[in-house]
Amino acid sequence: MSQPVANCPNCGAKIVFRWSSSVQTVCEYCKSILVRTDVDLKKVGQVADLPPDSSPIQISTEGKYGNKAFVVVGRILYGYDQGGWNEWHVMMNDGTSAWLSDAQSEYALSLSSKAVNLPAAAQVHVGQQFTWNNQSYTVSVITPAHYRGVEGELPFQYWDKTDVTFVDLRTESRNFATLDYSDPEPALYLGEFVEFDELNLKNLRSFEGW
Amino acid sequence: MSAGTPPLSGPPKPQARALNCPKCGAAITLHSFGQAVTVVCASCHSILDAKDPNLAILQRFEAATRDVKPLIPLGTRGKLRGTDYELIGFQRRSTQVDGITYYWHEYVLFNPYKGIRYLSEYNGHWNDISICKTLPIADGGGANYLGETYKHFQSADADTDFVLGEFPWQVRVGEKAAVTDYVHPPRVLSGEKLDKEVTWSIGEYMYGREIWESFKLPGDPPAPIGVYENQPSPVTLNVTGMWVAFAAFAVFLLVLMAVFDMRAKKEPVLQETYQYNRAESKAETSFVTDVFELTGHTSTVEVKTFAPVSNHWIYLNYALINQDSGQAWDFGREVSYYSGYDSDGSWTEGKQHDSVVIPSVPPGHYYLRIEPEADPSLPNIPYTVEVIHDVPVFGIYGIAFLALLVPVVIISFRAYTFERSRWSESDHPPMELSSSSGDDE
Repeated sequence: MSQPVANCPNCGAKIVFRWSSSVQTVCEYCKSILVRTDVDLKKVGQVADLPPDSSPIQISTEGKYGNKAFVVVGRILYGYDQGGWNEWHVMMNDGTSAWLSDAQSEYALSLSSKAVNLPAAAQVHVGQQFTWNNQSYTVSVITPAHYRGVEGELPFQYWDKTDVTFVDLRTESRNFATLDYSDPEPALYLGEFVEFDELNLKNLRSFEGW
Repeated sequence: MSAGTPPLSGPPKPQARALNCPKCGAAITLHSFGQAVTVVCASCHSILDAKDPNLAILQRFEAATRDVKPLIPLGTRGKLRGTDYELIGFQRRSTQVDGITYYWHEYVLFNPYKGIRYLSEYNGHWNDISICKTLPIADGGGANYLGETYKHFQSADADTDFVLGEFPWQVRVGEKAAVTDYVHPPRVLSGEKLDKEVTWSIGEYMYGREIWESFKLPGDPPAPIGVYENQPSPVTLNVTGMWVAFAAFAVFLLVLMAVFDMRAKKEPVLQETYQYNRAESKAETSFVTDVFELTGHTSTVEVKTFAPVSNHWIYLNYALINQDSGQAWDFGREVSYYSGYDSDGSWTEGKQHDSVVIPSVPPGHYYLRIEPEADPSLPNIPYTVEVIHDVPVFGIYGIAFLALLVPVVIISFRAYTFERSRWSESDHPPMELSSSSGDDE
């Protein structure tokens, strides 16, 4: 399978897309944020140095979710008052994409989900219940977070953000939901918590002394 | 590597960070690669903001508790359920019940891939604890977690009064959390409420020796005191199930008894009434009965004696003799019956009937030799001797029944006393605890 190849409009380096539907990527060399247009790549911004983080996952980490294999192609970093977390953009071997988050080694996999009448951020409070796809979700925590950077390929344009509110909803099973208020229109992600061992991750980062 | 492989310019390999306490200058190392939110200076007991490059001081606490020493030293690595962990944090917590302060200890364990895990220790009892990934359903009396029912054990306020090392949360000394424990031994489900947020964790009981093996600690773990809330009962058998099995066995015994009773021939082979006469029996006291035949297989023989004695006794020396082989079974039976009246009312002792069963008598021709003796005050008395071949014997079933009943009762008693000790420490102590007198068992 040939991968789409282009050159960075900023530094001329070769840009390879692992996932054909990627909308945005970051040049590995000059850290330019590049957005795909119909004809070429356009530089829209620049990533400052990413803050150090302790995730064992990195771009090109491979794993399995159910019977599907995936590879990590990009990420968004967020910070909040208790630290930071990553939303890793993963490409499944059936061509779909999903998000693998790791917040202090708590792993979860989620998918973008279409739903109508999502509540505005100001209307949500802890304990409130919502039902999506016949599953009841309870708001457990509302996290004021801030955008701290991007890396690799993303399925949408995502850069130049500042404060972002996330609403976490839990269930009595491993299922959970997240309401993402990055954009004027809220976005819903439905997923489940997963055990590190279940993901069968390969090509992980190594840690000094471990 | 093919073209397009990203250059190796990724973030450097995370390393433990060496810093200095802004208060006293002591060396501080962060082992958890950025997962720590707070870190405590071991020298001056300043609680520092681990997320701040300058380690801003968040709180200082007086270490009047300098003698509080973690049983597992900070920095120790061990293998817990197959994963390597490093001990990065320690805190002592306390709760007050009826004016008494109880202390327990919590240890923070870290693995860069698996994350954070906890150990708790109270009076030599350990728990392996992790944060719940799914929400339990809880009410006052109990909770349900992953399909299992947990019973409410205790609700109490937990203070943090001593901290050491790194914590993946904003730890503070003096902070009070409302802790509610639900148990399903060997597991414990705890809800810890701080402000408005409840954090649920699930713990599994561990023995000190398992911890000592995991972390290769020298010496012996402190011996556990008492019974802990989620300590597994030494009675691993299901007591109810055991009684059900016992009842099934008892029914089986009854059926077996009924079958053997039905299959027994219970064949009368001799029934004769004799007269004891003191005057006549002076010279030759013994005599023999008619010969009777025992047919079929080797079986039991029952010899019944009846004498209408009243405040007398009669004693019969029996011999069951095989006419063909000469083999003999000697036995003596007494028939006595007394009755009277005293200050307690009327009383009786003994019976006019007697019965004895001789086991395993082979088939053949037999007779009884009888030598009667009687109360000197008794001049003469009739007595009836009855011989029945192939009667069922039930004594063995009684022994089997008791042999099974005794361990079942002992195990049930042990399970009961263990559970009573467990629940006596809870918010729901069993009743009649103080008034029970038969406790020296």
